[in-house]
Amino acid sequence: MKNMLTTISNALCRITGRNVLLIDLSEYVNVTSLATPTLAQTLRQPPKPPPVGPRAPAAAQLVSAQTDRLDGPGTSVVVSRSFADFTSQATFDIKKCDVHRLEEAPPLKAELTRDQGLQYYRVMQTVRRMELKADQLYKQKIIRGFCHLYDGQEACAVGIEAAINPSDHLITAYRAHGYTYTRGIAVKEILAELTGRKGGVAKGKGGSMHMYAPHFYGGNGIVGAQVPLGAGIALACQYQGNNQVCVSLYGDGAANQGQLFEAFNMAALWKLPCVFVCENNKYGMGTSVERASASTDYYKRGDYIPGIRVDGMDVLCVREATRFAADHCRSGKGPIIMELQTYRYHGHSMSDPGVSYRTRDEIQEVRSKSDPITMLKERMLSNNMASVEEFKEIDVAIRKEVEEAAQFATSDPEPPLEELCNHLFSNDLPLEVRGTNPWVQLKSVS
Amino acid sequence: MAASVRCFLRSGKVRHYSLNGYCYMMVRDALNQAMDEELERDERVFLLGEEVAQYDGAYKVSRGLWKKYGDKRIMDTPITEMGFTGIAVGAAMAGLRPICEFMTFNFSMQAIDQVINSAAKTYYMSAGRQSVPIVFRGPNGASAGVGAQHSQCFAAWYASCPGLKVVSPWSAEDAKGLLKSAIRDDNPVVFLENELMYGVPFEMSEESQSKDFTIPIGKAKVERQGTHVTLATHSRYVSFCLDAAAVLAKEGIECEVINLRTIRPLDVECIETSVMKTNHLVTVEGGWPQFGVGAEICARIMEGPAFNYLDAPATRVTGVDIPMPYAKILEDNSLPQIKDIIFSIKKTLNV
Repeated sequence: MKNMLTTISNALCRITGRNVLLIDLSEYVNVTSLATPTLAQTLRQPPKPPPVGPRAPAAAQLVSAQTDRLDGPGTSVVVSRSFADFTSQATFDIKKCDVHRLEEAPPLKAELTRDQGLQYYRVMQTVRRMELKADQLYKQKIIRGFCHLYDGQEACAVGIEAAINPSDHLITAYRAHGYTYTRGIAVKEILAELTGRKGGVAKGKGGSMHMYAPHFYGGNGIVGAQVPLGAGIALACQYQGNNQVCVSLYGDGAANQGQLFEAFNMAALWKLPCVFVCENNKYGMGTSVERASASTDYYKRGDYIPGIRVDGMDVLCVREATRFAADHCRSGKGPIIMELQTYRYHGHSMSDPGVSYRTRDEIQEVRSKSDPITMLKERMLSNNMASVEEFKEIDVAIRKEVEEAAQFATSDPEPPLEELCNHLFSNDLPLEVRGTNPWVQLKSVS
Repeated sequence: MAASVRCFLRSGKVRHYSLNGYCYMMVRDALNQAMDEELERDERVFLLGEEVAQYDGAYKVSRGLWKKYGDKRIMDTPITEMGFTGIAVGAAMAGLRPICEFMTFNFSMQAIDQVINSAAKTYYMSAGRQSVPIVFRGPNGASAGVGAQHSQCFAAWYASCPGLKVVSPWSAEDAKGLLKSAIRDDNPVVFLENELMYGVPFEMSEESQSKDFTIPIGKAKVERQGTHVTLATHSRYVSFCLDAAAVLAKEGIECEVINLRTIRPLDVECIETSVMKTNHLVTVEGGWPQFGVGAEICARIMEGPAFNYLDAPATRVTGVDIPMPYAKILEDNSLPQIKDIIFSIKKTLNV
């Protein structure tokens, strides 16, 4: 329980940029049973704060000290200019969202504090570097099987997490590493799961598409299956009356699945507090949206369910829209669909070069004009909210964190063979499992 | 007298009757009582499926539950199996304990991905982080005159999947005890009922009338002791085997009838112990022969100590290897009849 509180606290810190002490989360801790020993592994190592620079004036320390302890994430940052130099908060114009069956729309302006900005930057950059490291490890054949990378889409995961509570729920498809991180799992546990080691979030038994965390239901390999699951999680929220929502994500490829429409129907009928999010990255594997869907207005595809179409490359836009959507659900109005227009730099998976169905120019154009991390950084720099050096230092720290995580992921041992048959059943007596031949009787414990 | 009064009071509106001081209950009412008791005991339990609420259940198994528990606990769904099964599994992941009813298991095929990939495999894939406490229940196998698409037996298909428990009750007591166990189990359980058994009354023991009466999953029951041949069977065919045994007893052949109760995990030890006593094995089921429950039992017996005790190869009595026809004469000849069981036993015993 305490470990779970720490994990939730860490996730909250990561997003809000403050070291929030959550005293009692008993209303957040729900009945999903988690084996206690594994909780110890979910504690993320918070990134070590960069050392205080020689020119850092005392006033700068005050900024960090005022919110919390210095050893938490997002609290102390090197400043080579004094605090008085930086704008602590700014308001930005964000793109208007198209709406479907809605009288109101998310706001056209978003407020961003310096702390928040640095935090969003940190998280997005961590996801970016983590995915690029996974790319590297896959090419070295240290990661095998499926590997679907999220770089380019960071604003979606970070924006959503910024707008919901750790006690809300989230479920996505197979492009899940980013969400696994934003929902509270350490980079090293994610990479170790990809490399199939015992220190992985699922002890090496799940792999890329099957990572879980408190209030995060994976990581699902079957296209579209996660959407009815998400509606079911929302049903549990409604049933338990806990004012939580479930964010249920899917891609433009899954948007045509029949089971989605079955889920939409029941969610609307029963007014389930479910935010259905379509991450439209323009390609379902190698098929562009125009070639797959008769209607590419994914935010309208829920028909009787209201929808919003959002610029998914802008973390602030995503955050504001998600807030709007979550409020809609929490007020008992039923489900809502959010289409995030985003882009993935990598191909569908590591076995797809990603250039047979789209041009390198297109990828380059998105990278140069709409990269979510660059956009945030430029916004902050041009509004004097942070310095170039600060960002560099954050980058260095993240690189180090990811490097160490990769070290762990390549050196941690594989799961022991004794683990082979464990975790078949929850809360059950040990049982015998047949091996490859009749003389091999393996043991399974819950 | 006291037993029958108690039985009446306990059952409330449930149809039952008492005869000579014994309490009798039909299978459907035993299932109803099991769900009623578990709904009362644990707030997280709820039932969803087509026509389970206001219609009182397509086969009246959930009669009276909606009136008692209301919309929140007893939910009518649209005819969208894949959707509502996924919703049920998601609800189980998030802390509830759903009972997901399939009007028949034939329709579960539309949702089988959610049963296998989302429910059965998740605890393993997550290395124990995410459990799925759910029961999938409904009538399985042949009915009467419903044709090929509505008559398939799914015991073998579901039972081949690790991570699932597959239960197949026969009597009213089995139905009640096993359903309560299934609901209390923290894992996905496929609960295969039989439509033709719903209206059959069975004696309910004293013990089975308690609100905490459960039958452990994974243990078979010897319904009839015997010495000459072991009959391993499940669901409706337990009745057929007992009838066959009664006929053969007159000829001096004593059959031991094992009611499997659970298909996965199979209680192989019970079968082995019996075979080591009788030296002959006949499996009886309604499903298709290839890759079926009987096939699995035979393979396991061969791999275990009981093989050396067999005086003849094991025999499987199964449904005919065809889609179920409609015409009565054809349908009757598509499934094992008592005469087929008797014939197979005699062939196995070489008499």
